[in-house]
Amino acid sequence: MFGWEFPPHNSGGLGVACFGLTKALSQKNINITFVLPKKLKNIEKSFLRIVDPGCVYDDSYIFNSPLSPYLTQNRYESELFYLPEVYGDSLFSEVMRYASFGAEVAKKEKFDVIHAHDWLSFGAGIKAKIVSGKPLVAHVHATEYDRGGGNGINSLVYKLEKEGMEFADKVIAVSNFTKNIIVEHYGIPAEKIEVVHNGIDFSYEISVEENVHKLKEAGKKLVLFVGRLTLQKGPDYFLRAAKKVCDFCDDVCFVVSGSGDMQEWLIEEVARMGLSDRIFFTGFLRGKELRSVYRDADLFVMPSVSEPFGITPLESLINGTPVLISHQSGVSEVIRHALKVDFWDTDEMANKVLATLHYDPLFSCLSKHGKDEVRGVTWEKAAEKCVKIYNQLS
Amino acid sequence: MPSVCFYFQVHQPYRIKKYSFFDIGKDDDYFGDTQEGDLNNEWIMKKVARKCYLPTNKLLLRLIKKYPELRFSFSFSGIALEQMEKYSPETLKSFQDLVKTGNVEVLAETYYHSLSFLYSKEEFYRQVDMSVEKVKEVFSVTPKVFRCTELAYSNEIAKEVEKMGFKAVLGEGVDHILGWRSPNFLYRPQGSDIGLFLKNYKLSDDIAFRFSEKTWKEHPLTAEKFAHWVSKINGSGELLNLFMDYETFGEHQWEESGIFNFLEALPGEIYKHPDNNFVTLSEALEKYEKRGEVDVPYVTSWADLERDLSAWLGNEMQQDALSRLYDIEKDVFKTKCEKTIDNWRKFQTSDQVYYMCTKGMGDGDVHSYFSPYSSPYDAFISFTNALSDFKTRVEELNNKKKIKKVKA
Repeated sequence: MFGWEFPPHNSGGLGVACFGLTKALSQKNINITFVLPKKLKNIEKSFLRIVDPGCVYDDSYIFNSPLSPYLTQNRYESELFYLPEVYGDSLFSEVMRYASFGAEVAKKEKFDVIHAHDWLSFGAGIKAKIVSGKPLVAHVHATEYDRGGGNGINSLVYKLEKEGMEFADKVIAVSNFTKNIIVEHYGIPAEKIEVVHNGIDFSYEISVEENVHKLKEAGKKLVLFVGRLTLQKGPDYFLRAAKKVCDFCDDVCFVVSGSGDMQEWLIEEVARMGLSDRIFFTGFLRGKELRSVYRDADLFVMPSVSEPFGITPLESLINGTPVLISHQSGVSEVIRHALKVDFWDTDEMANKVLATLHYDPLFSCLSKHGKDEVRGVTWEKAAEKCVKIYNQLS
Repeated sequence: MPSVCFYFQVHQPYRIKKYSFFDIGKDDDYFGDTQEGDLNNEWIMKKVARKCYLPTNKLLLRLIKKYPELRFSFSFSGIALEQMEKYSPETLKSFQDLVKTGNVEVLAETYYHSLSFLYSKEEFYRQVDMSVEKVKEVFSVTPKVFRCTELAYSNEIAKEVEKMGFKAVLGEGVDHILGWRSPNFLYRPQGSDIGLFLKNYKLSDDIAFRFSEKTWKEHPLTAEKFAHWVSKINGSGELLNLFMDYETFGEHQWEESGIFNFLEALPGEIYKHPDNNFVTLSEALEKYEKRGEVDVPYVTSWADLERDLSAWLGNEMQQDALSRLYDIEKDVFKTKCEKTIDNWRKFQTSDQVYYMCTKGMGDGDVHSYFSPYSSPYDAFISFTNALSDFKTRVEELNNKKKIKKVKA
């Protein structure tokens, strides 16, 4: 299996998804060799074997690439500026390096099916298939159409995505939402695509001693955003809705958790709106801290502009906090006990925030039914579908 | 024997428009959606009139001319009649023509199609009186039989109905209430001496719910097949109570499903067996003996698998909505403002809380099919926002009165 990040070294949902899926697959007696483009420390690998360029067969392959799944070409170039020359001169040559590493791994390892996650690893998947002749599953967690947030797409990324899906024997999409994008924009026949919804890892539910939140203690209601601060996730719409709510009532605070290219702009925007005492930025949270924030919150909002799946609402629900999610998300296909809005409809978003905070029965029905419902959204189900696909192919 | 006893329910609520938190204090036109769609009451009435009421009435009228012994019973919510007057007078006229034939009986119910008997007996009596008056005014007949909203029924409801002077009441033929007994007889409620008609849910739902269900093993259902099932009751029952929403014809079961052809052919097929006939509820009451007493200690209804009130009161949102609504009864009447009292009653219509139902997978689909809101949560939000505004207005009206009094 080819991935590109893995907890605790994840910058978003993809690492979490790979972790949950591989863990569930291993419980179904699937042996997984998980290939990463760089050496990562402190990975929990009790249920899989990690192969990375640092631990392998030929010394010449020891390299650590600055690959991270959400790098844009610009940022990559600026980071690269400080790196020694051994690295490729663009994100794409880096992908090609990972691809040849994939071929190398495929020569040495024994396996039945190749499973590659998103475009960065598709090259490696293709090479591995050519070398080994084994079937390839291309797993699509996000497409260039989502990342662009409606602002145009990178044609090279598009090309790599399309090649990977065409070369694959089967394509897995994380939602019907994403499947439709793949059919419409990538010309992949619908019958070649299977939808495997994501699940939730129940370790998110384990109770940890909560940090007592000062705001919560002061009697404030908390509305939470968790996600990368980038166009695709719609943090600007969250801010606009927050403004409308703040104009209307005093006892509400908003918490923005995450980091990303829009962070500075967002912080400045909050200052301009005069809401620095109402909207707080926590930076990127994970693990215990994140769980604590989930639990303190009265409502979780995911206003994504284009979200192939979206695991964060599931994490929120498992912690008993109701969710308000955009219709433009894969997860809204799975969860019925959630409030839903169009990401651009900030009036309606504010209406629903205010209603949840004011009407206790609404909060408690959403929380109770949502928590029950999310228990049925498991990685086990996702793993079952994957095993079915493997069996069809091999 | 058996006598086929059709009762059709005709009802349309005043749906609450999408009412935002930001509308509170600014907008008291709660039921006045004007966009084309499922929250626009005028639009719906016209749509249902076109698809169901007008063509079905025309068909029944033709059938009555052809078979002079044909009988039907109808119950109308007051607010459905009101909306016909306002939005589709030709529909009201066609119902009046049907009743004029003398082959059609009209029942009484609560004017606002409410669950008021659970919260306020006084309000329940008032709404039943209003319903009786409305039927007299529109159809020039006096109802003798009562049916409660959603076919809700219990010993206690039967006692109230008897007290109000009705001769019979309707209920669901729930299996665990009937036990080994069949719904195909006339019964007596425990503790009362009126008639009790119990719905044969199997045969009623074959038409109302399963008619166009392609996976059903009896699909397609022909009039001939159905008449055969009816005739099979001979010897084991006297009365076949087929109770259903009138909107079954053309609205729930679309014209393309063949439902109109089925209805048109049905009387002829049923008459093929010489012992079969049709009766109104009052005729059945004259014709048949009460074959025993039925004990229903708690409220049953015609909804879902549970046949109880959980579709309307199953979750906290629904309970909260109705208890907050009835809490302000006294204040509402204190205003002595007709429009305010009317609005309060429109909130009581059972559909308003039905739209908030969150019950699980089995019935969930039925609920979302019948809801104009995208989720039960959206229904609750619009209801509660609108009710918050309404409450504030009631308080303001009463405060103004106080001030006036002080000045005087």
